[in-house]
Amino acid sequence: MALKNIESVPGGPGEPGSGLIQLITADGVRVPEPAYDALVADIDGAALQGLYEDMVVVRRIDSEATALQRQGELALWPPLLGQEAAQIGSGRALRSDDFVFSSYRENAVAYCRGVDLTDILRVWRGNASSGWDPFAINMATPQVIIGAQTLHATGYAMGVLNDGDDAVAVTYFGDGATSQGDVNEAMVFAASFQAPVIFFCQNNHWAISEPVGLQAHVPIANRAPGFGIPSVRVDGNDVLACLAVTRQALARARSGGGPTFIEAVTYRMGPHTTADDPTRYRDANELEDWAAKDPLKRLEAHLDSRGLFDEAFTAAVKAKADAVAAELRAGCLGMPEPAPSDVFKHVYSTPNSWLDRQQDHYERYLSSFADSASSDGSS
Amino acid sequence: MSTLTFGRAINAGLRRAMDNDPKVILMGEDIGKLGGVFRITDGLQKDFGAHRVLDTPLAEAGIMGTAVGMAYRGYRPVVEIQFDGFIYPAFDQIVCQVAKIHYRTQGAVKMPITIRVPFGGGIGSPEHHSESPEAYFTHTSGLRVISPSNPQDAYTMIQQAISSDDPVLYFEPKRRYHVKGEVDEGSDPAASSMEKARVVTEGSDVTLVTYGPLVPTARDAAVAAGDDGVSVEVIDLRSLAPIDFETVEASVRKTGRLVITHEAAQSGGLGAEIAASITERCFYHLEHAPVRVTGFDIPYPYSKLEFHHLPDLDRILDGVDRVLGRPNSLSGLER
Repeated sequence: MALKNIESVPGGPGEPGSGLIQLITADGVRVPEPAYDALVADIDGAALQGLYEDMVVVRRIDSEATALQRQGELALWPPLLGQEAAQIGSGRALRSDDFVFSSYRENAVAYCRGVDLTDILRVWRGNASSGWDPFAINMATPQVIIGAQTLHATGYAMGVLNDGDDAVAVTYFGDGATSQGDVNEAMVFAASFQAPVIFFCQNNHWAISEPVGLQAHVPIANRAPGFGIPSVRVDGNDVLACLAVTRQALARARSGGGPTFIEAVTYRMGPHTTADDPTRYRDANELEDWAAKDPLKRLEAHLDSRGLFDEAFTAAVKAKADAVAAELRAGCLGMPEPAPSDVFKHVYSTPNSWLDRQQDHYERYLSSFADSASSDGSS
Repeated sequence: MSTLTFGRAINAGLRRAMDNDPKVILMGEDIGKLGGVFRITDGLQKDFGAHRVLDTPLAEAGIMGTAVGMAYRGYRPVVEIQFDGFIYPAFDQIVCQVAKIHYRTQGAVKMPITIRVPFGGGIGSPEHHSESPEAYFTHTSGLRVISPSNPQDAYTMIQQAISSDDPVLYFEPKRRYHVKGEVDEGSDPAASSMEKARVVTEGSDVTLVTYGPLVPTARDAAVAAGDDGVSVEVIDLRSLAPIDFETVEASVRKTGRLVITHEAAQSGGLGAEIAASITERCFYHLEHAPVRVTGFDIPYPYSKLEFHHLPDLDRILDGVDRVLGRPNSLSGLER
C-alpha cells in the first residue's frame, strides 16, 4: 500500500490554502499576518537577536552532545537539529509558573526553562533516570513513553482550574505521538474540562523511520477541532511565528478559553537518536529541501536585512555558544558516579519491607568481596 | 462504633479523608450523581462538589494519566476503576508512570494516588467483571497493593492508602460489599499500618493464608476443620505488596504447614511468591510443601461455572488435607 507523504496531503506546508502561519519566510522576509502581528509587536531587534542567540546555543548544545556520544561519554542522544525555532519560539513565550510536560527531544525548551546544562545529560550518560527536579524549573523530566505526557499536562491543567490559578500546562510531542490513545484521550479530557493546556505538536515529519503520512492523512492540526479544540498550523521553522501562536494560545488558556492545539510544521534534520541511520529510509533530497528552510538561516537573513547581524553580534553569539558547550562538556565529564546502593533509592517514598530486605542482602553480598580482599591481603 | 456494610465503610473512609484534606479528589466513571455502579461514592459529589468528585470521560488511561498530572499539581487523587477487567487500558499509565515517577525524579515528585479496584468474582457477571489482576501490580515496583476483607479494614485502609505518599492499589472484594460489620469511625488510621497482616483465627496445625474476598471463606474452613480436629490459623494478608512475611513466617514456624488460597489464577500468582518466600525463610520448619488452592489458569469463566473456578470451603479443606498428608483428592498421585 502506497503511503501519502504529508507534502501531498491537502493543506500541506507551502501549498496555497495550507493555513500555515508564517511571519518570516524561508528567505528571511518579514511578511504581515494581521491576526498575529500584534502578538509580537514587542519583539524588537534586540529581542529577535536574543531568539537567534538561543537557537544558536541550543544547536551548539545539540552538536556538543552528539560529539560526546560519539566519544563514548553518552550512551545516546536525541538531536533536535532543525527544530530550534519551534522549541525556542514556544519556550520563550511561557511564564515561569507555567508547567511543561515534554518528550525527550525538547532540550531547547528545557534550556528556556533555565535547566542546569549538566542535568540535561544525566539521563543520557546513564547516571540517573532523569535529570532535574521538575518543580525547580516547572518542567517534568523527559517522557519516553510516546504521548503519555499529554495526559499529565491535561491533569495538571485540571488542577490549575480547580485552584483558580491562571498558569498554563504545555505539552510537547511529535507527529508520531498523535496516533497514541493517550494523546487522543488527553484531547477529550482537555475539551471536556476546558483545561488550560496547550498541545504543542512538533510535526517533524518522521517518527524514527515512519513518515508522517503513516500517522495522518490530513494535516494533524485538523484533528483537534473534532475534539472541540481550536488549532493552528504554524511554520515550525519560523521562531517569530511560533512565539506568536504560543502567546495566543496562552492568552486563551489564561482567560478561561480552554485548550489549544498547535501543529508546528518542522523537520527533524538529524537522526531520531544517535543510534539511528536515516539514510536507510529517507531521501537525501528531502533533507536538502528542508535545509533550505533552516530556522537559523532564515533569521540570519532577516537580521542581516535589518543591519542586526554584524560581526560584533555574531562573535558574541559564538562566544556564548562556545561557553555553553564548554560548560556542558565539563558538566558531563565531571558528573559523579552513582553509588551501588543508589539503585534502591526512591522506589518508594517511605520504607518498603521487601525492598529493604533485598537491599540488605545485596549490601551483605557486596561487602563479602571487601572481606575476602582484606583477608587474603590483596587489593 | 457503628454497623456499616463494607461498601458504606469505604464511603465513610473516603468522606473522612476528603474532610481532612482539601487536596483529596475523586475521579472516575459514574462516580458523581450515580455514586458509582456500586454506590461506593454515594452522596460525595453532592456534599463536596463536582470539582472534588469528578465524573470523567470513559477512558481509563485518560483517568489515570490526568490523575498523574493532578498529583504533579499537589492533589491526592483517588481513582475509581469501575471493574477489575477495565483496568487494562490504564495499565501503561499505572506501570510506566504512576509506579515510576518517584524513582525517575529521584524523589522530587510524589505520586500519592489511590486506585480503587472492585475485584474478584462470585457475582454472576459477564466477562471482564470478575477478575483478580492483583499480581500484575504486586510485580510492579513502586506500587503498594492492599486489599481489605472487612468493613473496619475497608474504612481504615482507604484512609491509610490516601494518606500514603506512594501510589496504592486498593482492591475491593466486590462480592463482600454488602457484608456488615462494626466500624469505629473515630479510630485513628495513623495508629496502625495497612501493611501488617492480621491473624484472623489462631491455630496450631496449619497456616492458611489469604486476603480480600476469601477471608470469610477461609475462616469458615477453619471452623469446619476444627470440627474435624484440625487447628487452622487463618492469616489475612491485608497488604499484597509488600507482604508481611514476618507474620506468615512466625505462624509457619509454629504450624509447619502452609496453605495459600486466592481467586486469581495459580501460575505466577501471589501464592507462588508466598510459597517461595516462606520456603526460603523457614524451610526446616516445614513438614510439607506449601499447597496452593487457587483459581485455574483460565480466563474468568462464564457465571454458571464460576464456582468451579473460585476456591470454596471444600476445596480449601481439601488443600488442608493435602498439606497434612491426609487422604485428599490427589491421594495416590505422584506430586
